[in-house]
Amino acid sequence: MTDRITRDDVAHVADLARLTLADDELDAFTGQLAAVLDHAADLDALDLDDVPPTAHPLPLRNVLRPDVVGETSDRAEVLAAAPSVEAEQFRVPPVLGEAP
Amino acid sequence: MSPSAVEIAAAVRSGERSAREVLEEHLAAVDAREDEVHAFNLVLADEARAAADAVDAAVAAGTDPGPLAGVPVALKDNMCTRGVPTTCSSRILDGWRPPYDATVVERLTAAGAVAVGKTNLDEFAMGSSTENSAFGVTRNPLDPTKVPGGSSGGSAAAVAAGFVPLSLGSDTGGSIRQPAALCGVVGVKPTYGAVSRYGLVAFASSLDQIGPFSRTVADSALLLEAIGGHDPRDSTSIPDPAPDLTSVLDRGVEGMRIGIIEELSGDGLEGIAGDVRVRLGEAAAALEAAGATVETTSVPSTVYGLSAYYVIAPAEASSNLARYDGVRFGLRVDAPNAGDMNTATRTAGFGDEVKRRIMLGTYALSAGYYDAYYGKSQKVRTLIVRDFARAYEDFDLLLSPTAPTTAFPIGAKTADPMTMYLNDVCTIPSNLAGHPAMSVPFGLGDDGMPVGVQVLAPATGEATMFRAAAVLEAAAPAGHPLVGGALVGGAPTGGAS
Repeated sequence: MTDRITRDDVAHVADLARLTLADDELDAFTGQLAAVLDHAADLDALDLDDVPPTAHPLPLRNVLRPDVVGETSDRAEVLAAAPSVEAEQFRVPPVLGEAP
Repeated sequence: MSPSAVEIAAAVRSGERSAREVLEEHLAAVDAREDEVHAFNLVLADEARAAADAVDAAVAAGTDPGPLAGVPVALKDNMCTRGVPTTCSSRILDGWRPPYDATVVERLTAAGAVAVGKTNLDEFAMGSSTENSAFGVTRNPLDPTKVPGGSSGGSAAAVAAGFVPLSLGSDTGGSIRQPAALCGVVGVKPTYGAVSRYGLVAFASSLDQIGPFSRTVADSALLLEAIGGHDPRDSTSIPDPAPDLTSVLDRGVEGMRIGIIEELSGDGLEGIAGDVRVRLGEAAAALEAAGATVETTSVPSTVYGLSAYYVIAPAEASSNLARYDGVRFGLRVDAPNAGDMNTATRTAGFGDEVKRRIMLGTYALSAGYYDAYYGKSQKVRTLIVRDFARAYEDFDLLLSPTAPTTAFPIGAKTADPMTMYLNDVCTIPSNLAGHPAMSVPFGLGDDGMPVGVQVLAPATGEATMFRAAAVLEAAAPAGHPLVGGALVGGAPTGGAS
C-alpha cells in the first residue's frame, strides 16, 4: 500500500476539487481520510493480479433510438433556475483576467 | 394502525372512500408529529389536495384511476419534481426548481398516487443516519432520541410514523435497507436498472437505485410494479417490463435453497450485535419451517465490500458532484473571477460529509494513487460478483442481517466517519454486484427497537425474493407498537380498514 495521506495531500486534493479548507478543517479531514484509506488496506491481502476490473454491474451496451425530435426542456424554465442570466445565456464572472 | 396502500387503492378504486378523505387523514397525522420527527423538507399539502381531487374526479367519471389510486406517497428529496424545490438536503441546490419530473414521479402520478412531500436525507444521500442534512436531523419516530438510519431516513420515518403508507428512497450502499431496518419497515433495493434513474440526482451512478419503503411486503410489491420497467431516458434501464410481484407473494418458499452468508452474520464479523444474530437465526428457522432448506454458506469476498465501496462510491461522487459550480443552477457565491466563484460556491454549499467524500474520491482517482485504490477496488468488485455467482449455483436466495445493530442514539457516530460507514457492511455487497436485496422487519432487539433481516437475490430475482419476504413477514414476532400510526390522543390515527 502507499504512504499514509498527508496534510499536504489533502490540501492538494481540496484544491483539485475546488474547495477551500481552514487549517483546523485540514487537520480533521486528514485524520478522517487516513482512517478510511487505512481500512482499505485490507484489500492488500488479496491476490488481484489476474482479476479484471468491474466498472459497472451491467454489461453496458450502446443504446440507440430513432433520430426523431422528442420532448426537450423549456429554455425559459432552465434559465429561470440559473443564478445569473444575460441575453438567454448563463452569465458568469470573467474566466481570465480581471472584470472589465 | 393506518391502512395499507393495497387497502387504500382498493377502497378508492371502488368508490368506497375518496382520495381526498384519505389524504386529509394522512395530513392530520403529519401535523400531529412532524415537528418532532422532521421527516419532510417540504410538505406539498395544496398540490396533494389537487392530485387527490383529480383521482376522485377520475373515479366519478368512470375512468381507471390507476393501481395506486389515492395512495399518499413521500419522495426522497433527491428526486426531481418539476417546479417544486429539490434540495438533496444541500445548501448548494438552494432555490433550485427542476425543469422536469423524474420518471418515477411521472409513473407514480400516472398510477394515481398522491405525492405529499419531499423527505429529508443525508446531504446528496451520503450518510447512514440522516444527521448530515443542511435542514436538520430526522428523528426515529419509534424513539426520537435515536436516528432513523440513512440516507433515506426521512422516507423511512414517514412510513414508520404513519404519515404515508408508501415512500421512495434511493440506495447506493444501503440507504433504503438500513433505515428500513432501523425504523421497523420494509425497504427494497431493486436490481440495478430495474427502476429508471432519470431525474434521480446522481451520487454514484454505477450503484444508485430507487426503491420503495412500506409497512407491508405487498405494498412494496405494488409500488415496484408501478415504477419499474424500461425507460428510454435511462441508458442503464433494463429493457424489460416490470416483473409481476403482487401475484407471487403467496407462493411460499417450499423447496427453496437459502444460504445464510457466514461472513456477514457469524462471529467472524465484528460489530454484528448479539440480539440481531438471534433474530436472524429465528428468521432462518421460520423459512425452514415453511419448507425451505437453510444452511450457512461462505461468500468470502463480501467482507471486502466495505473497503471497495468507500473508494468506488466517493470516486464516482467526486465526478458527479463536479457539476455544482454555481453556473447553471442553485447557489452562487460571487467572486471576481469564475474559478474563485466555483470554489467559493462549493465551499459554502457543501457540508462536511460531502466534502470528505469528494476529497476521498478525488484522491483515489489522482495520479499515483489510481491503481492502489480505485483500480484495486474495481477488481474486488469483480471478486464479489464472482463469489455471488458461485453462491447462487447452490442457493436461490441468501440471508444476512440488514444492519449490525438496532437504531443508535443521535450524535453517537458523527465524530468518527469510519464508525458510521461500518453500518453499511451487510448492504454494500448487493450494490457492488447490482443485485436486488430487501430488508424485512423481524421482531425487536434487546432495546425494544426493530431488527431487520436482509433477503438477497441474484439480478432480476425480485419475484423469488418477495416470496421469501412474505414468509418472513407472516412469521415475524411482534414488531414495534408505534410502527404505522402516530398515537394522537391515545388512539391510533387512520384505521379505515
